[in-house]
Amino acid sequence: MLKITDLHVHVDGTEIIKGLNLEVKAGEVHAIMGLNGAGKSTLANTIAGRDDYVVSKGSISYQNKNLLDLEPHERVGEGIFLGFQYPVEIPGVSNLNFMRTALNGVRKYNGLEAMSAAEFMKLVRTKAGDLKMSLDMLKRFVNVGFSGGEKKRNEMVQMALLNPKLAILDETDSGLDIDALKIVAEGINAQRRDDTAVLLITHYQRLLDYVQPDVVHVMIDGKIIKSGGKELALELEEKGYAAVA
Amino acid sequence: MVATVETKQQVEEMAGEYKYGFTTDVEMEMAPKGLSEEVIRFISAKKDEPEWMLNWRLKAYRAWLKMEEPDWAKVDYEKIDYNDIYFYAAPKSQDKPKSLDEVDPELLRMYEKLGIPLREQEVLAGVEGAARVAVDAVFDSVSVATTFREELLKAGVIFMSISEAVKEYPDLVKKHLGTVVPQRDNFFAALNCAVFSDGTFVYIPKGVRCPMELSTYFRINAENTGQFERTLIVADEGSYVSYLEGCTAPMRDENQLHAAVVELITLDDAEIKYSTVQNWYPGDKDGKGGIYNFVTKRALCKGKNSKVSWTQVETGSAVTWKYPSCVLAGDNSVGEFYSVAVTNNYQQADTGTKMIHMGKNTRSTIISKGISAGKSHNTYRGLVKVLPGADGVRNFTQCDSLLVSSESGAHTVPYIEVKNPSAQIEHEATTSKISADQMFYCRARGLDEEEAIAMIVNGFCKEVMQHLPMEFAVEAQKLLGISLEGSVG
Repeated sequence: MLKITDLHVHVDGTEIIKGLNLEVKAGEVHAIMGLNGAGKSTLANTIAGRDDYVVSKGSISYQNKNLLDLEPHERVGEGIFLGFQYPVEIPGVSNLNFMRTALNGVRKYNGLEAMSAAEFMKLVRTKAGDLKMSLDMLKRFVNVGFSGGEKKRNEMVQMALLNPKLAILDETDSGLDIDALKIVAEGINAQRRDDTAVLLITHYQRLLDYVQPDVVHVMIDGKIIKSGGKELALELEEKGYAAVA
Repeated sequence: MVATVETKQQVEEMAGEYKYGFTTDVEMEMAPKGLSEEVIRFISAKKDEPEWMLNWRLKAYRAWLKMEEPDWAKVDYEKIDYNDIYFYAAPKSQDKPKSLDEVDPELLRMYEKLGIPLREQEVLAGVEGAARVAVDAVFDSVSVATTFREELLKAGVIFMSISEAVKEYPDLVKKHLGTVVPQRDNFFAALNCAVFSDGTFVYIPKGVRCPMELSTYFRINAENTGQFERTLIVADEGSYVSYLEGCTAPMRDENQLHAAVVELITLDDAEIKYSTVQNWYPGDKDGKGGIYNFVTKRALCKGKNSKVSWTQVETGSAVTWKYPSCVLAGDNSVGEFYSVAVTNNYQQADTGTKMIHMGKNTRSTIISKGISAGKSHNTYRGLVKVLPGADGVRNFTQCDSLLVSSESGAHTVPYIEVKNPSAQIEHEATTSKISADQMFYCRARGLDEEEAIAMIVNGFCKEVMQHLPMEFAVEAQKLLGISLEGSVG
């Protein structure tokens, strides 16, 4: 589904990703672990198409398309979803309006008719309910005044609505208490199907107790230096990155 | 709300062109170029005005001759040659049409192109059950079609062109005209007094709640024709009216002058809600052409407990000089000003309000949202003045500026003059830039660049937009998106 070959990415003139290779197949959950500054978020943002992240070398193919040719919103239309590490506040824009615009944008990209307000409300109620998110939060402005946990849960509701093929979740587990972590993990597991893939970016193996990865990668200094099964995450936790690297 | 989706469609339709940039082929009748007593006599004669009206114009003209064009605003434009402007242009027609069927089809086609809201189109088409919005359509300088006038008359509401009102209700007009904006108020107001071509007169009698929202579409059509609209709205004791003003103009290379005057008067317990969506041609990407919009709008809250609320969405014009104001004379009267001003490319806007507190316990609220894109300059200029006798005055002012581009400018110039120690005046101001993070967040949710900007900007303006009547709000949301088209980068 996703194939990254010899990827180099510059941000503000500094090379952050330095020759990264990664292949994710449909039906798989991959976890990328690494310390701060390893380039994990840069990788996530690059896949989603952030335009100030410059790909200086290498390629990303997604479902046999050259992903780098697509605009960020087109990537969303093609089924890529990025759950943000720091979801952004948009004052004055209601969460519901935001979500509906997003959903209908994706539907339009895929040649589907826009969803009516009533239909949308039904859908969003179900999805928000699954993630224990109150209707009140849906009516508030996007992420404004949300706690860290609420923001992450809000990302999960958006993911559930957009029903992506490839979900990239950037530190979605950080800042969550154990109950919220379980809810979010359920949301991720619900997204797990034969035709979808998930890329989890995380510091800790805590989330991996609830979402079992098929492959774990260790990322250091802009490269994946080691890959293995879920036992690698435990090893990392135990011995630290230095020992594993 | 699917405003951004609609905006996207609209933007696609526009395809980089100013949608309203076309001219209508209607025969015009013009006064000679330039301004003189003869031209004023010509205008007055064309309109078959009574003597007092002509004299009033001439008096204003003589005052204007001695006045200087103001230069204190933060706008920069080529000096206007007042001798190179046609001060009067009217569609040639023998008799005024008695119904819309008799209206020049070319004109009706133009309304269609203008995208007059569906609700109003239904009304114009006489669809049963359609919400009633009366449209006094101003085509260039003369009102050519007035709907619902009779029904309004049943309620005692007078809604007609001001030139008709001069003839039919001379006493009412004489009593109020120029009492809020005197002839010598300022250079552009004096010019308007001398040459005003037409406009709207509204009178709401005592205790009447106007049965429908009144709406006027302004449109400048003839090349090199100044547009000098004059609006006078009088709300008698205990009455209420909501008035909508919206405008678009065809594409032109040469700058066009627009100097309107709007006067509002509220007596005891009366309320006027005045909403504007201004979308005149802003000039092209290089700053060529566009309308000069030098408007004097002022309300006199004459009676106690009266209220005037100005809401404006300003997206058009090359140069805007406009300060809808309230003179709060009556005790406990309330003035409100809600404004969104968007500038893109080389547009310049210097807009704001004046709240003059004269009466006791008068209150005012000012919410201004300025959005600057391209290489434009956007200035909020406002005055809050409290006179010595005005006890218990309260004012709240909030001015927020949003920069879309790094080459644009946002300026805030608040003046506060308080001569009474009991006044409570609050002023808040912020300036921010659309952040790359906000943009990327929206784009990572499937919005393209234009949609993302439209969404963020509409959110920024929400506090103002919610004061617009519903059908106007939708239109205005679209406009914000359209106005910022091509502003990214």
